[in-house]
Amino acid sequence: MRMSEEASKEKSLKIDYTPPSKGWLEPTVEFKKGTYGYPAASKHEKYLELPNPREWQPNEEDWKLPENWKEIILKGMEDRLSRYRSFRLFLDICVRCGACADKCHFFIGSGDPKNMPVLRTELLRSVYRRYFTLSGKILGRLAGARELTESVLKEWFYYFYQCTECRRCSVFCPYGIDTCEITMMGRELLNLVGCNINWVIEPTSNCFRTGNHLGIPPHAFKSTVDFAIDELKEITGVEVEVPINRKGAKILFISPSADYFASPHWYTFLGYLLLFHEIGLDYTWSTYASEGGNFGLFHSADLAKRLNAKIYSEAKRLGVKWILGGECGHMWRVIHQYMDTFNGPADFLEAPVSPITGTPFENAKSTKMVHICEFTADLIKNNKLKFDPSRNDKWKVTYHDSCNISRGMGLLEEPRYILRNVCDEFYEMPANTIKERTFCCGSGAGLGSDENMETRLRGGFPRANAVKYVQEQFGVNLLTCICAIDKATLPPLLEYWVPGVEVAGIHEMVGNALVLQGEKKRATNLRGEPLKGEEGENHV
Amino acid sequence: MGVLYSISGIIALVLLITLGVWGMGWYSLFGVAVPYTAALLFIAGFIYRVLRWASSPVPFHIPTVCGQQKSLTWIKADRTDSPYTAGDVVKRLALEILFFRSLLKNEKVELEAPHRLLFRTATLLWLGAMAFHWSLLVILVRHLRFFLEPVPTVLVVLQRLDSILQNLMPILYISDVVILIALAYLFFRRVIYPQVRYISLPSDYFVLLGIAGIVISGILMRLIYRVDLVQVKEWVMAMLRFRPMPPKGVNLLFYIHLSFVSLFIAYLPVSKLMHVAGIFLSPTRNLRNTSRQERHINPWNHPVKVHTYEEYEDEFRDPMKEVGLPVEKE
Repeated sequence: MRMSEEASKEKSLKIDYTPPSKGWLEPTVEFKKGTYGYPAASKHEKYLELPNPREWQPNEEDWKLPENWKEIILKGMEDRLSRYRSFRLFLDICVRCGACADKCHFFIGSGDPKNMPVLRTELLRSVYRRYFTLSGKILGRLAGARELTESVLKEWFYYFYQCTECRRCSVFCPYGIDTCEITMMGRELLNLVGCNINWVIEPTSNCFRTGNHLGIPPHAFKSTVDFAIDELKEITGVEVEVPINRKGAKILFISPSADYFASPHWYTFLGYLLLFHEIGLDYTWSTYASEGGNFGLFHSADLAKRLNAKIYSEAKRLGVKWILGGECGHMWRVIHQYMDTFNGPADFLEAPVSPITGTPFENAKSTKMVHICEFTADLIKNNKLKFDPSRNDKWKVTYHDSCNISRGMGLLEEPRYILRNVCDEFYEMPANTIKERTFCCGSGAGLGSDENMETRLRGGFPRANAVKYVQEQFGVNLLTCICAIDKATLPPLLEYWVPGVEVAGIHEMVGNALVLQGEKKRATNLRGEPLKGEEGENHV
Repeated sequence: MGVLYSISGIIALVLLITLGVWGMGWYSLFGVAVPYTAALLFIAGFIYRVLRWASSPVPFHIPTVCGQQKSLTWIKADRTDSPYTAGDVVKRLALEILFFRSLLKNEKVELEAPHRLLFRTATLLWLGAMAFHWSLLVILVRHLRFFLEPVPTVLVVLQRLDSILQNLMPILYISDVVILIALAYLFFRRVIYPQVRYISLPSDYFVLLGIAGIVISGILMRLIYRVDLVQVKEWVMAMLRFRPMPPKGVNLLFYIHLSFVSLFIAYLPVSKLMHVAGIFLSPTRNLRNTSRQERHINPWNHPVKVHTYEEYEDEFRDPMKEVGLPVEKE
């Protein structure tokens, strides 16, 4: 919260949509404090064996690029043009109609024209034209082509780390041009010469070594689980069992590491544990694969694959039948659209069937990994859970669709169905800001660092603005979501734009409402706050 | 700047053609060589570009999902926006290609107050694009009468329908009027809206002006400086049979019209106009949302360096044993 206070000191961020008088072909970029992430610490790059590890700063003149950096980038481009149809196609067919312009949360929040998806891509497309197309080679600037210079590279760095790969623009593009694909390629190219940010590289390096982004070693994982068990016993009177690295379990459960180490994720973690206990699920956690998220995705496909490999490999080692996954956004982009292709086929697993209801999860029969909201919605539909929604009465709830979960997957109704069962007051935000049109938190794709706060507050502005609307209309005081990055970055965002609205996961709400066999009368919710009607009776 | 470049380019072209035809009498050049070359460049270029795209694989399964996935049986899936079968994909693409469905979703974001957003539906761009592309299609189909002998009844009917308002506006086709209005809109929005002007390149204006040149020269040939359509058709048929001859019974306007068309189709394969083919190949639109149900194969799925469980346990074995976590090697 410290940084958001700092940002608010400067008083309200100014938003102006008037483009500058000077055209964009001349690269200009100013590395202003608060608008970019710090570069990766070289020890993490070295650990991952990434190119050109060094100490440098974006706001310094000399970026310490390798001698032949230009050749490396152009070769890298050529290579990717031949490996990704999306890359070549999206560079070729944009007609610059401008429909995407005001669909990007960074443009809406900053007014910087280079944050219009079309222009973000033009930054790279102009170089593509110059070196890879006939018209660009002949006509040059007249055809919108430009030389690859260090200034252009700096501009790429600034703007490709000012895109959260949320894919909202691709919903509105008449050709489905997905800026996420361009940003991914742009970042891969930048990484070839060692231009990246620590908020991506450090978690990745941690995850490679310890199994999770936060770098939590197995014994610390065990003690945090023990702590959760105690906390749950105190709140509910029930002692839950939490198996770790247990061979022969039927299901391997994987969630983002923030769930068991950050707040407010923690309460979602408690929710999972109560749910699994109540239905008597035969499952296990893993310390080696203790991360569902995948910051490698924000670096390159290869690094994403390196991290993702642990999931199937651990499922095989433990001999489970299938995998269940927790609340996370980009984790599910990887699992839904990449994992099977990266590291499959998972022919050693079985097509997932709910052991409690017998429901087969047909939609996951090849990848063999089920989203916890699919799993829980099915339990509720089959009357396997008993709820007391009044335990969530403190909250007037709205729901934020995470970008990757909605536009990468289409998981829209499951969480809403769960919410309607576990709380009494649920209100949707305006239709332009939910489901496939949802607005990003502004901090995804590795941009969630504190030093990047101004960019984050601007990027998150459209989302916050929609929250403010339901706060004013219905008195909403809780924004639920199923993404670990959301849970980490929405609280400071809302504190800045919409004070008075808190953030929670869906399974926190489930955990609050879930009536356990043999539980004591609950006096508090999972946050330890007194339940409505219990205030004053006990607890301070 | 872009606008000026484009307008000067168009004027230069008209002058060049005028000089060539009137001044030099290069009828064979503008009536035979140019159209043949253009047709060749168009066909070869078009095929080359499509093959070029097709030669790059789709490594990952990345549809942009815009509706509810098919998951649990009791949740209604959105078959169009989260296509599940090949038929669903065909439907999604058809709606996209024929009716520009994504563009219809367009909305405009405005600041109502310094920190308050307002969303307005913005269908004008969609309307302009639909008007332009559909009238262009009608015009192209109408022109088939020069290429087909006998002229199919469908074409005759279409032509009749298109000229149904001729009682009000003599010899004007509806499609001609619509396309001019649409072109004017598409051009002036680039000039007027600051953001669209900011992203527009000279080629963006040039394409619109070029098409306008084709349309206007075509209309003038009908309205004022008429050409002998029978002779034009004879010329087309001769060209199609590779017995080239310069057209007879035509005037300068015809050469301008023909040269602009030639230029346009020759330019098409090296320009953004390839979106006409590209949309079919767009991986965010032409894939089914069945990513977890069927495995998508990446042809270049190269091996990567991973951190194995053994390496992990080797580093953490002792503390793991200390807290009672099971290990592989004691």
